[in-house]
Amino acid sequence: MPVLDVQHIEKHFGATRVLEDISFSLEQGQALAIIGSSGSGKTTLLRCLNFLETPNQGKILVNGETLFDADDPATQRESEVRKKRLHFGLVFQSFNLFPQYTALENVTLAGELLAKERPDFKQNKRAILEEIRTQGQALLERMGLSDRAGHYPHQLSGGQQQRVAIARALALKPDILCFDEPTSALDPELTGEVLKVIRSLAQQKTTMIIVTHEMAFARDVADQVIFMDGGVIVEQGPARQVIEQPREERTRQFLSRYSQN
Amino acid sequence: MLMSVSLTLLEGFVVTLELFLLTLLFALPLGLVLSFGTMSRCAPLRWVVKTVVWIVRGTPLMLQIMVVFYGPGLMFDLPLLPRFTAAVVTFVINYACYFSEIYRGGIQGVPVGQQEAGLVLGMKRGQIFFKVTLLQVIKRIVPPMGNEFITLVKDTALVRVISVYEIIWMGESYIKKGMIWPLFYTAVFYLVANGVLTLLFGWIEKKLNYFK
Repeated sequence: MPVLDVQHIEKHFGATRVLEDISFSLEQGQALAIIGSSGSGKTTLLRCLNFLETPNQGKILVNGETLFDADDPATQRESEVRKKRLHFGLVFQSFNLFPQYTALENVTLAGELLAKERPDFKQNKRAILEEIRTQGQALLERMGLSDRAGHYPHQLSGGQQQRVAIARALALKPDILCFDEPTSALDPELTGEVLKVIRSLAQQKTTMIIVTHEMAFARDVADQVIFMDGGVIVEQGPARQVIEQPREERTRQFLSRYSQN
Repeated sequence: MLMSVSLTLLEGFVVTLELFLLTLLFALPLGLVLSFGTMSRCAPLRWVVKTVVWIVRGTPLMLQIMVVFYGPGLMFDLPLLPRFTAAVVTFVINYACYFSEIYRGGIQGVPVGQQEAGLVLGMKRGQIFFKVTLLQVIKRIVPPMGNEFITLVKDTALVRVISVYEIIWMGESYIKKGMIWPLFYTAVFYLVANGVLTLLFGWIEKKLNYFK
């Protein structure tokens, strides 16, 4: 059974159709790259998966459980949406770290707030918070940032901020980690350190969806690639095949524009 | 002589400070409520609040003081409010409208990505407001609030038009005795109060400087 099963998602803003009949699935431990030009609907698709947008049509299933069904309002209750979001993690293009918290606090804040809802929180408060802190510290270490735990976001470079954001998303152990153009806001010399981290996550079999403009990275790191254009999936398949031998003319045109630049 | 004038003026200045503090006490929370009104998704409510803010910010405070004090009696034959109460009511409404615009700017100035980051991390809306947004709003509104506080200290002088016995009134009362300098001397009291406010706001700004 796939971890994620997306069925016939549609989204329109007014009369503009942003997503049309989007269907795909993702297996445990696989990385999926979504490529396509700006305005093709890639980001909207990620936002739908993270319940930041509500699709007008379609279903989203995680581990066989229907998290969202456009025809069933019971799946869209605000109180439950909050818990459902936790199946997904999202790393934003613009990092969106909380400026008033240190790197470590950014990683641990949400976990601490969630822990308060545990029935045993009052008795084991100290141990629980200590555990969250230790995990946060370990995550920062995995991101190569153990010496930056006490720094505030404005004291970190863009690449460091984005790695903190990745640690923050991993802290809640999502089933699927989503990246929305994680290197597009970075200077070219800083993209490498972020891509390296994502690459190592792929090697550790983290289930991921990566919206990216880095074609070589998508080819090397992703198992599957989806090419989107005008809100539809034009082509999907194994990464190497889609990027090196695309079947569709539109994919070929898009990729050739990229290699020219 | 200086001593007795100082004490008399101080008596008036206590009234000035009372008006200042009571205005803040009520206008700060009321302004937040109004700012939510101007940002409401409900269009009729939004327009009602925006119209009120337009009227209050668009007319002189001195006129508003007179309307609140004399208006109910002249138009509806109602008993007059006590002078000080009328002054407080007018100032609260007036300043709440200015504060609402400052709050609105502060809240809308926080990037929407902050809220979205909180949402995808499974935070509740209240948690996002108090743990993520609020301090960023406070940081943004401290400089304009400092301006408003200082203006408020000086605006209290306007209640002299309905004969509230604040410091300007006390200073003017010496003119009848042939002394003009006590009126000019009131400036010192305002300067001291605003000096303290300037230091206080500078300190708060510095305290919030640890993040950007």
